[in-house]
Amino acid sequence: MERLDFVLAGHRPVQAFEAILVGVVGSGNLEVLVEPGDHPASCTFLINTSAVGFGAIWEAVVKGFQARHQLCGVSVSINDMGATPAVVSLRLDQAIASVPFLKAPAS
Amino acid sequence: MSGQPKVWNSQATSRAGRIRRATAVLGESLIGKVVLAASVVELLSAVIESGDRVCLEGNNQKQADFLARALTRLDPTRVNNLHMVQSVLALPEHLDVFDHGIASRLDFSFSGPQAARLAKMVAAGQIQIGAIHTYLELFSRYFVDLTPRVSLVCAQAADANGNLFTGPNTEDTPAIVEATAFKGGIVIAQVNEVVSALPRVDIPGDWVDFVIQAPTPNVIEPLFTRDPAAISEIQVLMAMMAIKGIYAEYGVQRLNHGIGFDTAAIELLLPTYAESLGLKGKICKHWALNPHPALIPAIEAGWVESVHSFGSEAGMESYVRARSDVFFTGADGSLRSNRAMCQAAGHYACDMFIGSTLQIDLHGHSSTATADRIAGFGGAPNMGADARGRRHSSPAWLKAGAQARQGRGGLYAMPRGQKLVVQMVETFREHMQPAFVEKLDAWELAERAQMEIPPVMIYGDDMTHILTEDGIANLLLCRTDEEREQAIRGVAGFTPVGLERDDRMVENLRDRGVIRRAEDLGIDKRQASRSLLAARSMRDLVRSSGGLYNPPQRFRNW
Amino acid sequence: MINALSYAELNARQRVEHLLDPGSFTEILGPSARVVSPHLALLGVPYAFDDGVVIGTGLMHDQPVLIAAQEGRFMGGGVGEVHGAKLVGLMRLALKVRPMAVFVLAESGGVRLHEANAGLIAVSEVMRAVLDVRAAGIPVVMLIGGANGCFGGMGLIARCADHVVMSDQARMSMSGPEVIESSRGVEEFDSRDRALVWRTTGGKHRFLMGDCDLLVEDDMGAFRQVAASLLGCSQKLNLQGLLDEQRVLTERLENTGQCNDAGEIWRRLGVEHPERVADMDVEQLQALKASQILGAS
Repeated sequence: MERLDFVLAGHRPVQAFEAILVGVVGSGNLEVLVEPGDHPASCTFLINTSAVGFGAIWEAVVKGFQARHQLCGVSVSINDMGATPAVVSLRLDQAIASVPFLKAPAS
Repeated sequence: MSGQPKVWNSQATSRAGRIRRATAVLGESLIGKVVLAASVVELLSAVIESGDRVCLEGNNQKQADFLARALTRLDPTRVNNLHMVQSVLALPEHLDVFDHGIASRLDFSFSGPQAARLAKMVAAGQIQIGAIHTYLELFSRYFVDLTPRVSLVCAQAADANGNLFTGPNTEDTPAIVEATAFKGGIVIAQVNEVVSALPRVDIPGDWVDFVIQAPTPNVIEPLFTRDPAAISEIQVLMAMMAIKGIYAEYGVQRLNHGIGFDTAAIELLLPTYAESLGLKGKICKHWALNPHPALIPAIEAGWVESVHSFGSEAGMESYVRARSDVFFTGADGSLRSNRAMCQAAGHYACDMFIGSTLQIDLHGHSSTATADRIAGFGGAPNMGADARGRRHSSPAWLKAGAQARQGRGGLYAMPRGQKLVVQMVETFREHMQPAFVEKLDAWELAERAQMEIPPVMIYGDDMTHILTEDGIANLLLCRTDEEREQAIRGVAGFTPVGLERDDRMVENLRDRGVIRRAEDLGIDKRQASRSLLAARSMRDLVRSSGGLYNPPQRFRNW
Repeated sequence: MINALSYAELNARQRVEHLLDPGSFTEILGPSARVVSPHLALLGVPYAFDDGVVIGTGLMHDQPVLIAAQEGRFMGGGVGEVHGAKLVGLMRLALKVRPMAVFVLAESGGVRLHEANAGLIAVSEVMRAVLDVRAAGIPVVMLIGGANGCFGGMGLIARCADHVVMSDQARMSMSGPEVIESSRGVEEFDSRDRALVWRTTGGKHRFLMGDCDLLVEDDMGAFRQVAASLLGCSQKLNLQGLLDEQRVLTERLENTGQCNDAGEIWRRLGVEHPERVADMDVEQLQALKASQILGAS
């Protein structure tokens, strides 16, 4: 098991929302829990993964995601059982589909 | 001038001698052309001589397994150094014949199930490989420099005159028998039954020397059935990208799918996703394809005008029979397949090949070769190659060719079409193995197995598109090696190859449309769910076929 | 055509959403509460925020119900300490709030072996809790329709309920197919022969045998309709009931205990063409069963 934490700056504010869960902790799969977070100017990513040694890839995936979505005041928690980056990206996209942003993204 | 006059009919003489020997040895075990099963080894011992080139039907699907077993029982002190030429090494017996010292040389196309053992035996010096071929290439050599002296084929039924009914799984038999029968060779067929009246004649009796009824029906593998329950969301996403980004873009009406879950997903998205895009009638009318169960919903929804097949697929017999407007069927109503003709159809009469692979390098060379297995590629090199002899146009072919030539002069100023050759692959395979590599494992295999060149399935200059969950790279629009490399890195996701991309160049390529991501195609990734599939289980396929499709036991879960 | 909304394709959370009246579900101990397994991390296995079971309250046709749904894709739906405690807690809540039914959407291999004794104890506690709810006259209804089936201790729990509803794709049994094969050999039971596995443990067989009382298509709408019809339908649980059940089982063993295949059993139950059962749809099978009952003395 590996635990990875990232705190990345973002600027798209969100309204208050109820926790969102997508995915299932099955083989090659993951669950993503999106909740309101404590940091108003950044998003935290807390990852528990059974696949050890892929920290660099997780970092790239999460940074790419945050570069696109600029979340702040949000916390993203992940339990992962060996999903490929393709599945991780899909789940992240599915998860933030229901996050109520206050206005449309810059681009 | 002294010396012996040149003999011009030695093959005919040899053939006559072998048949005389067989007749003498078999005695009452030979009735006309029919040989009793118990005498199979005597038959083979009589007609096969050391050093002969022997073709054995190890096809992709059907196997002349009774004859294969008999061949392994020859006495190597009397018959040895055989040169085996066959499409596929499928059965253990196909390698046992080398292990027993009966055969020593091999030319073939594919060895999937035996690839690891083949590699070991080659390393141990037990087998000398002439070459690995694509199917049509091997058949072609049967008419030039690899003509079989004896061919061991299999058919469903024969009559007393040696006429053969090969039925739905006709596969390679016509090509093999034509080459052998008309060059002084001997054709021996194992059949499941000897009957008085055949449903139809697939191979005329004049071309067949001996018929032998095997004690058990010949083995046929269901290789082209894919359970829709195993299709993942990522495969659905990639299928959506293929349909919108390539099929619709070029108007692909005539195509071949390499077998896999990725292409099964495309087949199952036609009546749903492709329908919603208004594409019915505009794509996917004519197929060079085995009877894939996954194509049933699209056929039923009216997408498909014709399918010509390499072989059949277990469980699809009744469905094919009931859809004779679509499939090629004989007067008896059952499928007539033909690998040689279907490979030719896929090469010249199709505008697109799409299939998967294990590795792609920075030039777009693609291979499934791994260091410890000698597998070969089957039909892919033929399907996935531009048909440079082609002269007739189609919109897809012209568009691809125009894109390849856009802005180029000199030799490339002459307008010409190009076949779409698409490799579809997830950036990471199982166990997080990247699909994109700096150097193909094929190089290592070439060294280990002492091959003259690395075994490549599809060369970069034939490859037109690479499709991953990260995007589609259109190699036709690349003008330099550097652009090509970045286009590939640009769809290689988070693999080491992908992470090394030049971000600025990749963005530029994206602006030019060389790289297109799902968003650029107007695809919302969240739509990629299994609910888009026209069938999600084997039972759905059966229902879709109105109960005509009868899946093999291993696929039933009801 | 394929089912509008397949029960088997959905995950636990989605099944709950589609079974209950829209928007009426309130989750208890949801993922945010992070009541996770204390055991899995020790084994290097990731936990799930809800430990693989969704529990809560809701409405069905405006009637109050409690609901639990096991996530078959997490640890095979295996019952661990927390998972089991959530189920027990739900049952105890039922005794307080007296819903019209407690629905358990079961998809499980039984005890979560990673949690060893804690899992075993959890399963037995769930069993006791289910029987307490039944004794209070509140119906406990098992809905089974996931790809992993309902096996092991969960299969035993299922048969303790008032009603068992299965789709024809579903499976319910004690020992799993691979377990039978590895302990008795492939000649006894070839676990890769899927038709055999479904014939032995699948919804159609259970329905014909009487181990499940209702058979439905693999469709959320069908499950919801049947579930709603069972609101308030508790089956009396008393000594006489148990004795009757014992008698039924004894007769079953006498009549069919020597049979080697489900097909033989069906034939003895009066099914004329057992080989056609596999390809029958739910409606045809229901008609068959009805004619059996009518025909039986």
